[in-house]
Amino acid sequence: MSPVLLEVNDLKKHFPLRGSLLRPGGRRVYAVDGVSFQIDKGETLALVGESGCGKSTVGRAILRLFDITAGQVVLDGQRIDDMPAGSLRPLRRRMQVVFQDPLSSLNPRMRVRDLIAEPIRNFELAKSTADMEARIDLLLEKVRLPHEAKTRWPHEFSGGQRQRIAIARALAAEPDLVVCDEAVSALDVSVKAQIVNLLQDLQREFGLALLFISHDLAIVEHMTHRVAVMYLGKIVELAPKKSIFAAPKHPYTEALLSAVPMPEPGAARKRIILKGDVPSPINPPKGCRFHTRCPYAFDRCRAEEPELRSTREGEFVACHLHDLPPAQNPLAATGPH
Amino acid sequence: MALLEVDNLQTHFRTPDGVNRAVDGVSFAVEAGETVAIVGESGCGKSVTANSILRLVPQPPGKIGGAIRFQGRDLLKLSERAMREVRGNDISMIFQEPMTSLNPVLTIGRQIAEPLRLHQGLSRESVEQRVVEMLGLVGIAEPRRRAREYPHQLSGGMRQRVMIAIALACRPKLLIADEPTTALDVTIQAQILNLMTDLKQRVGAAIILITHDLGVVAEVAERVMVMYAGRKVEEAPVAELFRSPRHPYTRGLLSAVPKLGSSLAAAQTRLAEIPGVVPNLKQRIAGCVFANRCALARDLCRRVAPALEEKAPAHFAACHFAAKATVAA
Amino acid sequence: MTDATITSAPELIRAAPELPDLLPPVKLRGGILGFVRRHPAIAVGGALVLAMVVIAVFAPYLGTVDPTALAPTRRTREPSAAFWFGTDMLGRDVYSRVLYGARVSLTVGFSVALLASLAGLIIGLVSGFVRWSDGIIMRVMDGMMSIPPILLAIALMALTRGSVGNVIIAITIADIPRVSRLVRAVVLSLREQPYVDAAIAAGTRTPMIILRHILPNTVAPMTVQATYVCASAMIVEAILSFIGAGTPPTIPSWGNIMAEGRALWQVKPYIVFFPAVFLSVTVLAVNLLGDGLRDALDPRMAKRL
Repeated sequence: MSPVLLEVNDLKKHFPLRGSLLRPGGRRVYAVDGVSFQIDKGETLALVGESGCGKSTVGRAILRLFDITAGQVVLDGQRIDDMPAGSLRPLRRRMQVVFQDPLSSLNPRMRVRDLIAEPIRNFELAKSTADMEARIDLLLEKVRLPHEAKTRWPHEFSGGQRQRIAIARALAAEPDLVVCDEAVSALDVSVKAQIVNLLQDLQREFGLALLFISHDLAIVEHMTHRVAVMYLGKIVELAPKKSIFAAPKHPYTEALLSAVPMPEPGAARKRIILKGDVPSPINPPKGCRFHTRCPYAFDRCRAEEPELRSTREGEFVACHLHDLPPAQNPLAATGPH
Repeated sequence: MALLEVDNLQTHFRTPDGVNRAVDGVSFAVEAGETVAIVGESGCGKSVTANSILRLVPQPPGKIGGAIRFQGRDLLKLSERAMREVRGNDISMIFQEPMTSLNPVLTIGRQIAEPLRLHQGLSRESVEQRVVEMLGLVGIAEPRRRAREYPHQLSGGMRQRVMIAIALACRPKLLIADEPTTALDVTIQAQILNLMTDLKQRVGAAIILITHDLGVVAEVAERVMVMYAGRKVEEAPVAELFRSPRHPYTRGLLSAVPKLGSSLAAAQTRLAEIPGVVPNLKQRIAGCVFANRCALARDLCRRVAPALEEKAPAHFAACHFAAKATVAA
Repeated sequence: MTDATITSAPELIRAAPELPDLLPPVKLRGGILGFVRRHPAIAVGGALVLAMVVIAVFAPYLGTVDPTALAPTRRTREPSAAFWFGTDMLGRDVYSRVLYGARVSLTVGFSVALLASLAGLIIGLVSGFVRWSDGIIMRVMDGMMSIPPILLAIALMALTRGSVGNVIIAITIADIPRVSRLVRAVVLSLREQPYVDAAIAAGTRTPMIILRHILPNTVAPMTVQATYVCASAMIVEAILSFIGAGTPPTIPSWGNIMAEGRALWQVKPYIVFFPAVFLSVTVLAVNLLGDGLRDALDPRMAKRL
């Protein structure tokens, strides 16, 4: 039996921009423009990048919250991107989501009990009312909330507690994959730690696979197995955690890591400041999308878009530097950063 | 005499369910040219403190008590008119959300010119000159062209630079930066932090940096004060705070932050959690505000609120059980 | 972080200075008084509306006589102990007419609010959810809105005979576009909420999404809008009756009382004055109630200092 739970092949999602009188239509936002990766059962893959890179769109595309423009999404061997809505519904059980904003991801007019019961009811997982209540109580226990929380309303809870409720709701369907879309980004430092620990514990207990979408590299490093770095709709580097954080192979990853402020005063660091701003996904640069800001860009980068290729077992990079002889490749070093 | 002396600042708000003691007895000083960071989580009162200094707090429903002495003058006793002359001129502020802090219907040139015209009464040409100068100072290319653009035509990072330009236009002596990089991407944040450190040297303003990000504090600040539940719980020079925090909350906070490079260590530890939740500020808290979440809390802590004491040179903490450093330590 | 920073016993216990209360404590009063203090608009508006309803329902028992009884010998008497609001040009008791007139206004106001809300809700839901119908429906609503509601109502009344029922229908039709626009706007913004996406991911079917997630969150803005529709309907009815295109003259309504008293406005102002006061107070009360509801029903988490 294959360990692969989710496979994404050349996923593309373009959003059309409506034309106006002055500028006829046909322009699109290339939010996700050819993304491929796999997630094994029980593993965490982190999707990192800055705003506009398309990571949230990938998450939503996998959950089929909208239809994709091109590519394939395969869940445990079954293609789900082109399935009719009726057949898809029972499969939704296997992929659940926790969103970023604890305020708006819970319906303010529903009690906690009903919020958690919704997926249980939809997928007919409870055999009786008593069974339903027992399941809800158990889920609340798992997310470390008291049983009486179920009679209360979302607004009576703090941000961290609401995220726990959202996690309980996600677990209610007994999923195999949970998409965490910036699930801890809106929380305070001390609460982030609580939720990250909780997610890790739950992953171990239930064998969950997690697609952890985030821009916070330190948190990602703490809890993931593998990392995929996205820039302007494409994956630029995909590798196991240790490899990415010790020796990044893509200039963007290198810059991203060096940009994170460290809570260590006086630590000497080589900080790479990227010039300019992120280009618009409506008009991505020709050739390598990163060449406009890359400190190592050369001629080939401006003309030709690099493919995501494997450099070592399980490690992929999309950069022309790795076609150069190692002497000329500043990122070829295999030692620690 | 320090540039800014905040003396037992209290800012309370009247709400339908009680009086919210958002800031309850905070004192600190900022010397000319130094960078002080105020660190804390949401609800600790750091933003309210900043707003109180500039008297941006609506009174009612709020009420500010204590004294805020800027260059010797108590800002809380000034008339609104006198206060207006301080804002944007002697003391400036930059905010978190560059999108909503800039007026979308005015060009950025106009917005930078506004404090110049208000406070310095320069001629039209001088103002234009200064605007271009300021845009250059904050690292915006083609300043003359950009000055005629509108906020929506600029990226998030550029808008934040414009805000900094507006704030520094009149060469203030004190700049208050309220979470200036929180809403920005990390690579843009690096640019802005770089800019701020650079400008610190050139403009010579003192900076009060408000943030929840300990990494930013470590990079930019010289002195740090930690706030919790409306009070100051610890204050120290930045290296000292990270090296030996003396208040249990600070220690908890530092252990809860994951550090980049942690995967390279031998064994990964769990992130330390601070159990419990922040107390309700609408009720009077007896004893230490952190007692209900503190592992060291004893009966004493629940009865007597600890005073802020000097535990080591220039290092203050409000905890009964924070040891005073011996000479050797 | 060294453990030399923790001591097991403090040598000297120093307490933080006690700082004064800057503001007097807020007395949390429960019960009716507490409610009035927290929501004054709802309390005052609601009380006045309730008073009007009571007046309308119990009109026969509040010292009135037959409002249509003609008595030419007693015409145009000033307000006195016998006739509290005086009599009009046909000798009818103005007080009784005004009290019975409340029935018409409140019936029209509430009915229009209810019917327009229902119709607007359905149209707005369909428009917001069924994408392809949105364009057509909204253009039709735009067309209806481009005609001033009063003219539309007059035109519709011209096609039928005057009766309270027809007045209600005419004003309802004129007000539907406003409500449907609001519902559509609310539906469109609710559709983007993460909790709707979460419900889809949890396998909820579209009809249940509308029922459990969209509808309950439209109730609050719709209720507020309904109060404004009610207030506006009462005024439109009064105007229609004033110009003779509304309630037939056999049934007293504030509008036609004022219409009849218009000629004598300068010499016998009380005939116009009293119905005008009642109309104003009622409309004000309903608007106040709407404002209060809007503030109270705001999601609690939105406002926080």
